[in-house]
Amino acid sequence: MKKFRKKTFYLILTIFLSFNHLNSAEMTEPIKVNWSFKGITGKFDRASLQRGFQVYKEVCASCHSMQYLSYRNLGEPGGPEFSEEEVKAIAASFEVTDGPDSQGEMFTRPGRPSDMFVSPHPNKEAAAAANGGAYPPDMSVLVKARKGGANYIYSVLVGYEDPPPGVKLDQGVYYNKYMIGNKIKMPNNLEDGLVEYADGTASTVDQMAKDVTTFLAWAAEPELEERHKLGVKVLIYLILLTILVYLSMRKIWSRIDSKM
Amino acid sequence: MSDHEYQPKSKVGKWFNDRLPLLTLGAHLTDYPTPKNLNYWWTFGGILTFCLITQIITGIVLAMHYVAHADLAFGSVEHIMRNVNYGWLIRYIHSNGASMFFLAVYIHIFRSLFYGSYKSPREIIWILGLLIYLLMMAAAFLGYVLPWGQMSFWGATVITNLFSAIPLVGESITTWLWGAYSVDNPTLNRFFSLHYLFPFLILGLVVLHIWALHIPGNNNPVGIDIKKPSKDTVPFHPYITIKDAFALLMFMIIFAGFVFFSPNVLGHSDNYIPANPMVTPAHIVPEWYLLPFYAILRSVPDKLGGVILMFSAIFILFVLPWLDTSKVRSAVFRPIYRQFFWILVIDVLMLGYVGAMPAEGIYLVLARVGTVYYFLHFIVVLPVVGLLEKTDPVPMSISEPVMTGGAETSLARKINEKI
Amino acid sequence: MSKEEKKVNRRDFLFTATYTVGAVGLGAVIWPMIDQMNPDKAQKALATTEVDISQIEPGNSITVLWRGKPVFLKRRTPDEIAEARAVNMDDLPDPQRDEERVKEGKDEWLVMLGVCTHLGCVPLKDKGDYNGWFCPCHGSHYDVSGRIRKGPAPTNMEIPKFEFVDNNTIKIG
Repeated sequence: MKKFRKKTFYLILTIFLSFNHLNSAEMTEPIKVNWSFKGITGKFDRASLQRGFQVYKEVCASCHSMQYLSYRNLGEPGGPEFSEEEVKAIAASFEVTDGPDSQGEMFTRPGRPSDMFVSPHPNKEAAAAANGGAYPPDMSVLVKARKGGANYIYSVLVGYEDPPPGVKLDQGVYYNKYMIGNKIKMPNNLEDGLVEYADGTASTVDQMAKDVTTFLAWAAEPELEERHKLGVKVLIYLILLTILVYLSMRKIWSRIDSKM
Repeated sequence: MSDHEYQPKSKVGKWFNDRLPLLTLGAHLTDYPTPKNLNYWWTFGGILTFCLITQIITGIVLAMHYVAHADLAFGSVEHIMRNVNYGWLIRYIHSNGASMFFLAVYIHIFRSLFYGSYKSPREIIWILGLLIYLLMMAAAFLGYVLPWGQMSFWGATVITNLFSAIPLVGESITTWLWGAYSVDNPTLNRFFSLHYLFPFLILGLVVLHIWALHIPGNNNPVGIDIKKPSKDTVPFHPYITIKDAFALLMFMIIFAGFVFFSPNVLGHSDNYIPANPMVTPAHIVPEWYLLPFYAILRSVPDKLGGVILMFSAIFILFVLPWLDTSKVRSAVFRPIYRQFFWILVIDVLMLGYVGAMPAEGIYLVLARVGTVYYFLHFIVVLPVVGLLEKTDPVPMSISEPVMTGGAETSLARKINEKI
Repeated sequence: MSKEEKKVNRRDFLFTATYTVGAVGLGAVIWPMIDQMNPDKAQKALATTEVDISQIEPGNSITVLWRGKPVFLKRRTPDEIAEARAVNMDDLPDPQRDEERVKEGKDEWLVMLGVCTHLGCVPLKDKGDYNGWFCPCHGSHYDVSGRIRKGPAPTNMEIPKFEFVDNNTIKIG
């Protein structure tokens, strides 16, 4: 049935091509960045992750929560890999609400590595109220929650422009050419030199956007490096076993085929 | 079949087998005479069994960590992904496993359509298979709701609202399904319960499906009845098991590619946004494997009509064995049917494509044309072609593709090439 | 060896290799399914517990929760300490000196896991024949140092890792 196989192959090819086509609707195509974590052996750039955490902490964290991360994650393999002391110091720099104590009162204490990231607002409604009615989305899985992923987040961060003539913007709405609908309620918070990187990297808008996007990509997929590593091993194993089974199959079927 | 003659060699084996003939069953499954000309399209039965077992095992594991509560479900999935040992691996196998399961089942179904495996005496196998397929769709839908993301919530809303199309009692039925006045925590809880139940129902049906298969035995690419056992057959083990294993490994390589290197490509990014009853995502699309039916649903401008047509598209398959009037099973010997088979394949793929597109303009037109053709194929094309078609001569046996009307070697060679 | 035999050998080797590699893979797949039931990363990183002990009078005790288990904090009186230290080691099923069970210089504070070493019940305080704890499940008697004296429990109640942050605070874990 060579014909059957060939036709099926083309059909499958057509489906995949058409699904690619699906992804390209509606907004300006995000800028394609050559991320270090792309590809089957992709890894995060440690230094970029650490810088990205700094940008998050100093810029994003005042509005955006990251409620599914813990401070201990910052020291885990495959992530920014801060040292144990650094993680403890980072955690301790946050005030965590704990309790109730024996009197039934809630109290605050310095954070510990096992604590979840402290949210800037007590709940969604408070977050929206503090930000002109627009809830700043939780950033734990933001990269996975946006079509275009890391490229899209990066593009939005660097995509602020003056609105083209004829586009009217309400109070508290900004023009961004990569955002769906081109209107965004988050102001452009990045400007050159905004943060002072400990490793001396120049904090240009582009650099900060790349770093924080890398950090967010890790936050969304902290298992990425382990997944890639295990995946390569699994594929090698499967291919080896497939070859062995194929040879065994040939041997076994030769008993029949030789009789034919 | 020579099952009755099987006798265990050991005394203990005989004692046990007389009381519970598991060893006889084992011997039957090992020796089961299988046509020796089965091609790789026949390996998908084994692949599907693998898919079901994988889904059940990973599913049981996930249920140990998942919390079926509207406030906690999304967070518990993140907990699985971040904290549970190998949680990410198990969840990605389960979520991509659903897609791989459907990929395999569609190939399995179209193989049956091509080689006429649904025809007498295999109607019951076919109907059991369709029941499995229906339960698979239900299980997949229920499972997709559990992470309680935006697509989960709105998918659940849209699908449950299908039932509101039923006259008079529709509203009551949807409220009953929800256990609330919208998709809410009670809905999530019962969906979890049912999602856990359905795979075991599927497993039961699979046992029946295989049982029913072992009565007449496998169809084969030539589509003729064969004597069993004979020189046209081989014992299931090791000949078919090793072939199935080889095909399964190829399948697993693709599966692993998805799980390890693009685990979210088949899903929808909106499902990583927690469910929000106040905001509907801009484009609601079901998972890819339900898209053709979604296209049929949307092609009708009437609510009840769309729902009826969508369910008809599945239920018409149940009477397929009686709609097909041809005496010849395999499309290898049916030149006209073969053309229509491929048109149907393209039609279904096109419906899937437009199902993912907005329901407007050219897409709506294509959806309507595709829907009409889908039904025409089963209601008109199959019965008429079966009656009018001049089929190619069918060989007497697999090993001797010699025609009844004399030794037409050229034709025999032609058939061999086709198989 | 004849040609025929050699052929058979090679085939046997191929099958053995295939089975072996397949079995290795199956084993590797089973491990994640088992390991997922072990304590997850969040459990492993579970917080330490800090306890304010300024309100506890001598002779009293409090119970706090640490890693899902009760921890007894008892402030012992000098009499109780003396009693605990007077015990003859030969009378103990699990010999351990009281000094080994407390922090030096903080002899009055006994901090231990309030879990009977028999089958995990929580013993009752100020009960039993030895002035300490008594497990109601199967009748194990513990003395004022939390050591097993009588009954089915095999060992003394466990002392968790803890430290004095200051005079009024104990950090367990």
